[in-house]
Formats: sequence, C-alpha cells, structure tokens
Amino acid sequence: MEKPALIEMKGITKRFERVQANDHINLRIYPGEIHALLGENGSGKSTLMNILLGIYKPNSGEILYKGEKISAMTPKIAADMGIGMVHQHFTLIPTLSVAENIFLSMNNTGFFLNKKMIEDQIKDYSCKFALPVDPGAKVWQLSVGEQQRVEIIKLLCRNSEILVLDEPTAVLTPQEAAELFKTLRKMSDQGKSIIFISHKMNEVMEHADRITVLKNGKIEDEMMAADATIARLTKAVVGERDLEGITRKPQKNGDQPLLEINRLRVMNDKGLIALHDISLQLHAGEIFAIAGVAGSGQRELAEALAGLRKVISGNLVMDGANISKTSVKARISMGISFIPEDRLKMGLIPEMNMNQNAVLKEFKKPVYSTAGILRNKSIQALANRYVEEYDIKHGGFHLPVGLMSGGNQQKLLIAREIADNPKLIIASYPVRGLDIGATEAIHRILLEQRDQGACVLLISEELDEIFAMSDRMAVLCDGRLMGIRHTAETDYDEIGRLMSGTSV
Amino acid sequence: MEKKQTVPLYKKILNPIICVLLGLAFSAIFIIISGFDPLTVFAKMISYSFLNSMGLYGSINGALPLMFCGLSVALAFRMKLNNIGAEGQFAIGAVLGGWFALYGPSLPAPFGLIVMFLLCALGGGLWAAIAAALKAYWKINETIVTLMFNYIALLFLDYLCYGPWMAPKQTTAITPLIPDSMYLPGLGGTSSALILAVVIALLLQFYLQRTTGGYQISVIRDSSQSATYAGISVKRFIFIVFILSGALAGLAGFVKVTGILHRVQAQLPGGAGYTGIVVAYLSQFNPLVVILVAILFGGLQNSCAAVQIMGVPSQIATMIQGTIMIFVIAGEFLNHYKISFYREDGMEVPEQ
Ligand SMILES: Nc1ncnc2c1ncn2[C@@H]1O[C@H](COP(=O)(O)OP(=O)(O)OP(=O)(O)O)[C@@H](O)[C@H]1O
Ligand SMILES: [Mg+2]
Repeated sequence: MEKPALIEMKGITKRFERVQANDHINLRIYPGEIHALLGENGSGKSTLMNILLGIYKPNSGEILYKGEKISAMTPKIAADMGIGMVHQHFTLIPTLSVAENIFLSMNNTGFFLNKKMIEDQIKDYSCKFALPVDPGAKVWQLSVGEQQRVEIIKLLCRNSEILVLDEPTAVLTPQEAAELFKTLRKMSDQGKSIIFISHKMNEVMEHADRITVLKNGKIEDEMMAADATIARLTKAVVGERDLEGITRKPQKNGDQPLLEINRLRVMNDKGLIALHDISLQLHAGEIFAIAGVAGSGQRELAEALAGLRKVISGNLVMDGANISKTSVKARISMGISFIPEDRLKMGLIPEMNMNQNAVLKEFKKPVYSTAGILRNKSIQALANRYVEEYDIKHGGFHLPVGLMSGGNQQKLLIAREIADNPKLIIASYPVRGLDIGATEAIHRILLEQRDQGACVLLISEELDEIFAMSDRMAVLCDGRLMGIRHTAETDYDEIGRLMSGTSV
Repeated sequence: MEKKQTVPLYKKILNPIICVLLGLAFSAIFIIISGFDPLTVFAKMISYSFLNSMGLYGSINGALPLMFCGLSVALAFRMKLNNIGAEGQFAIGAVLGGWFALYGPSLPAPFGLIVMFLLCALGGGLWAAIAAALKAYWKINETIVTLMFNYIALLFLDYLCYGPWMAPKQTTAITPLIPDSMYLPGLGGTSSALILAVVIALLLQFYLQRTTGGYQISVIRDSSQSATYAGISVKRFIFIVFILSGALAGLAGFVKVTGILHRVQAQLPGGAGYTGIVVAYLSQFNPLVVILVAILFGGLQNSCAAVQIMGVPSQIATMIQGTIMIFVIAGEFLNHYKISFYREDGMEVPEQ
C-alpha cells in the first residue's frame, strides 16, 4: 500500500511502574484498511490503542495524523480527528434507551434532545452498515452483540473515520462475529479504517488486510494478511516455545455420579423462565460441556449450581445430599468452584489488588487469618504462587486488578478457582480473552483436574473447544435441553442442528 | 470507562487546604461588609481556638462528639452505607445511657461508667439496626430511613427532657446532674474521652485494615456481586456495620453526657450528627484523620464565640463556619469530577 498513512504512531513507549507496556512501537494505519493487532496477554495491545485515543500519555514517541504531528493527544482531539474506540467493557448506560445513549455521546447536539433526528440517523447507519438495532429499546434488554452494535453506531454518529475495537469477538457467538466482520468490511469499503484486537488467528487471517503482532511491548512481526500462516502467527505470538496441543487421556473414573440436576427450573433477571425443567447427571472425572448459543440459559444454569440463583422447582443433589437451598458458602466448602462469564462484575473485584483478589474465597482459612486477623505474609505467598504457576503478568501486587490486562485477569481468576482442588468446576467461557499459549495452558489444567477426579462443567460457544475438551455434552436452546451426547458419538453437524432448536 | 479513579495523595491533602483558604476568602467579603477587618478576625479565630490552652480545650470538647459521629459515618461509608442518622443514634444512645445514670442502680465507680458506656452504644446500635433491617430485608433506602429516624429520636429526647426527666425548678429542658461517680475523669481542661476517641479510632482503623471483617466490608463496598459470589453474606454485614456505626454515634452521647454536660438535655446532639458527615467526608473515611478533622471543626465552632466577642454579629460567625464547610465539600466534589475528564497519566484508567 503506497498510499500515505492516515495515522502514524512513531516510537511509542509507555511504562507503568514495573512493566514496559509499549517499547518503541511504530504503527501505520492506512485509509480503508482493516488492521488486526495480535499478541500475548499483556503484550501491550490495549495500552497502544489507549495511547492512540489519547487516554494514556506515552512516555515518549509521537502520533502523526495525515503526516501532521499531534503534540499532545487527548480524547477530545482524538474524537475531533474521528478516532473512536469500542472498549471491551462497554460504556453504555443500561437504564437508558439506545437513542438516549447515543445522544449522550454526541458533543455537537445543542441543548434540546431531538429524538426524531437521532433515531433517523441511527436507522440510517443501521441499514447502511447492516447493524440492526432498535433505537427505542432499553440497553439492559439487549444482548452483548446488540450492545456492541450500539457502541459501533455511537462511533459512526460521531463521524469516526478510524474505529478501534478491543477484542470485539471475545463476547460474540461465531454467527455474530461473522456479521460483525461483514459490517467492518462495509465500513472499510467506504474508506473508514478499522483496527481490531483479537486472539483468534483464523478470524485475523480471514478478515484483516494487515496484521501486527506485539510481544513484550515490542513489534514482533508485521505482515499482509495474504502472507500470514497459522505457523507464522503462532511463532510470533508465543515464540519458539512449542504448542504441544492438548491430549486427552482416556477417562479413568467417569462414571460415579457427582451431581444430579433434576427437573431444574430457574428464572432469568427479567423474571422469565430461563431453564425449563432441565435434568442432567454429571460424573466425577469427566468434562461435561454445555453447548448452545449465548443466552440459552447457560448463565442461569451456572449460577443456580453455584447457589447464586434461586431454584424455582426441581432439585440439585450432590454426593447424595440435596443442595438446592444450600448457601453459596456451604457449596464452596463442598468443593464447587465457579469461573463466571463476566469476570469484572462477578469473580474479581477490579478496585482491589492482586492479593485481596487472590484470597477472596480462602481468607477464613487458618493459613490466611488467625482469630479474624489477616496474615498478610501468607496471603502474599498465595498471590506469588498464582503469579508463578500461571505466568501472570502484572504491574505490581498493590495495583488494582482492573489495571491488569484482560487475559491476565482471567488467569488470576482461574488460578484461584482451581487452587483448592474442587470437586466441581463450573467454567463459563474459561479461555475468553486468553492468548493461544494461555488457552492451551488452561485447557491442560482443566483436563488435569478431570484426570484427578474433578468434574468440569464447561460452558462454551466454541464448538472446537467443546469437541476438543469434553467427554459428554448437552445442548441448550432457549432454556430447553435439546439432547445429551457422548463427544465420541456425535459431530458438529448434529450439535449445530440441536443448537438451533431443530430436533434430530 | 467509568471506573473509580484513584486520586493522588498530594491532591487529597492539598485539596481541602485550598478549599479552606477559598472559604476564608469568600467569608472575608462578608466580614468586610459588616465593617471588620477580615485578617484580624481570622487571626483572632485561630488564636482563640488553638493558640491558648483554654480555647484549645474548648475546641477539643466541642470536637469530641464530632469525633464519634465522624467515625460512625466513616465506618458506614466504608461499605457505601449512607448513615445520615448519627444525630438520632447519638440522641438514643444518650437517652438509654442517661436513663441509667439518672435512674439506674448506683454501682461503684468504674462499673457504673462501664454499664453506661455499653448502654449508650447499645442504644445507638439498636436504633441503627432498624435501618439495617429495612435495608437488608426490604431494600429500603437507608439514607431516607436514617434521616426520618433522626426526627423521631430527637422528639423523643425532647419529650423526656421537657417532661418526665426535667429537673425540678428549671425553666430549660435539662435533667438533673448525673451522680459524680458517673463523670468521666478530666484530662487537663478537657475530658479523658479524648483518649477513648483516639483508642476507638485506632481500633477501627485496625479492624478495617487488618481483619477479615474489614476485608469483607471492602469487598462488599467494591462489588456486592462478587461478595455474594464468594459466600460473604451482604445482609449480615449490613447489620454489623449499621450496628457498629450506630454504636459509635451512641458513644457520642456517652461522651457528651459523662464528659461534658453531666446531664441530658433537649437537642443534645446539636447537629453534631450532621457535621459528623462532613467530618467523615473530609477525612476520606479514614478513622485517624477523622479525629484531626473533628478537632479542626471543633475549633471552627469554638472560634465563632471569639468573633462574637469582637462584636462581629453571631450570624456572620456562623456564616463563616458554613461557608468554609460548603467550600470544602464542593471542592471535594470538583476534585473527583475534574479528574474523570482529564486523564493526564495512564495510572488512572483501567482498561481491558
Ligand atoms: N493503567 C495501568 N497501570 C499499570 N499497569 C498497567 C496499566 N495498564 C496496563 N498495565 C500493564 O501493562 C501491560 C500491558 O497491558 P495491556 O492491557 O496493554 O495488554 P494487552 O496486550 O491488551 O493484553 P490482553 O490480551 O490480556 O488484553 C500489562 O502487564 C498490564 O498489567
Ligand atoms: Mg487488552
């Protein structure tokens, strides 16, 4: 591409206390291109984009816009130049409608709310770029995918020419992701530049024009998408270290029942039935996957098992005891651990530091507190252990975990949930946001837990993950159980059909 | 990107100081209008309240109830509970303790005081427990409940002091003096209640920082969803924190009755419960800082007397006090507000 660059980042360097998040990075963004950023967890992708948006100030380096140097980038200047970002954690206000949210984000709107005008504009963009949304709907009623579309329209309404998306597909179903990329392509055809961050190599190769891989804050490799191969990308992301791939040992003891779910009915947050009388038997020593498109009742199932959602009817029997009404605390001590899907809302406390998060479920144990007084030394040792065992990159133990990179937050959460040799691990999208190296490590750990006799309830939308990991699987559609299959005796086709609600 | 921002330490300290100065500058206008020289008035205020032992003792005595009310509000806010009810908990603490001092069996010296200490704490704690129950079981907003309960408590106190408890041959609504054995020992010109306040502040600080209880309170404050997820009972802590918070406010009653007035009287809290809210905010809810800020506020109140002596109308004196408070509160607000717009350094924005 010999066109002049629209944006050029030169020698960008950013240090956070102990970590060099960006180290002399040069990045060019051309008009109309889709540019993918790839790289390990904590390699500095989000940081680099936050610098482009003027949210962080780099320690050194400069940003050029159409060849012109911007002396101090601020969010305001970035917005004026038409750079906009969809953060991984959305910034919409749940109680307001789509139109109201978009109105709030616009800065040249005058004093009065011209509802009609905004709704028209929304509809306009929504059909131009295939972004279906209902301007009048309240944000809390929308699925994650819909919310993401609202975020994108928000940027379009602000006339953004450069759109940055931080791990946009991490929370999407494969179908939604495909739709998103169609939209992005339409935008790039209109001359807009897109930068997206992703850990998924297939989608990067398929949908980007150019790919940049970061590692330890530096640029490790750059290429045109046409030149990319999985091997080259993998090498750039994880380095010389080989990915062995996971191997599943045959099941040793997958037949003792651990948890019986009998005709379980629970409600969702809106008070509608989320699970219609589901019955499942989970066994010790197996990985049992729940397949289904997002919002089919997976979250409600996980929360009901963890004790966070009321069982309306039916019951849960673990090790022969009815636990339908047992408290969360008691369930934790019975060996139920839970990796929730939205880690910063539930599971981790973003404002608290690593040590405080590490000890969240164990602070009452004599090792970590005596007579109600916390033993900071042993808590520190615990955090150290997690950091070492899971290779967690962070800027310091005292910093809020909200500042850690997304993937490293996930590692911390998983480390804590698996530390205590649980009997049942409820794992909702356990590798969401993890790089391929970490994904493999986590998968291996889950398999290890299974081999040691734990039961893993794996909730995922990725059929690849489900087929690679599970011994058996159940398919949920709209809160109903569509079927239970042994992984060895089924295929993608059948499961796909069950997921869409077609009985076989 | 709506995340709790960390305010740098220097700003935390500098901010209130600048605001106090601005407040002084603003009130200077009114002092000039009423025909006085602001600098002499301010000098007088400071020298009266802090630079001589008599004034200093007066300031500390005024500060003692503020310390307990400030600690009460600060503790509640550590779990994001808005306890606006320190005033009423103060009153009920004083009523229960006062009842014992006036009408209870007389016990040998330290025991009477100990029982009264416990009763004051109990009174404030139980009064606050009502708000806790309403919040924990019916999710009723504690701000309004505690505020409403202040009126009930104060009216009840007034009723007692104007009625059954009123000292004979008195025209003001005060009870007879409590027995000598129920006086808190003095400490110079002030009361040993100061030691009590400092000890309690230290204990509270320890509780919040170093114990599992304090840890759970922080978890609930930052994310009650994650607390529930970890098996921490949010309901239970609503009770614990409200009762402890109420007990601290009730102890303001103990201190005021046994250490300062030696009797109960109508309108006994005199707004300390509300000023305590300001004290707690300015201290950033840090118990030890509460003690210091309370002394500043005690001095501020005390100094009003000084300027009145100079002939400045009492309204102006009260106004100075109010102005400074408003500036400090507004400054606190602006501080947080501003930072969320200009992110200067990366430290402030957590992002995925
Ligand atoms: N505000 C901050 N304060 C301190 N350290 C930070 C801050 N933001 C990021 N870091 C650290 O900088 C490094 C790079 O983080 P960044 O979020 O850019 O990684 P990333 O490439 O986006 O990773 P991921 O794929 O996990 O999202 C990490 O080690 C992180 O802990
Ligand atoms: Mg990131």
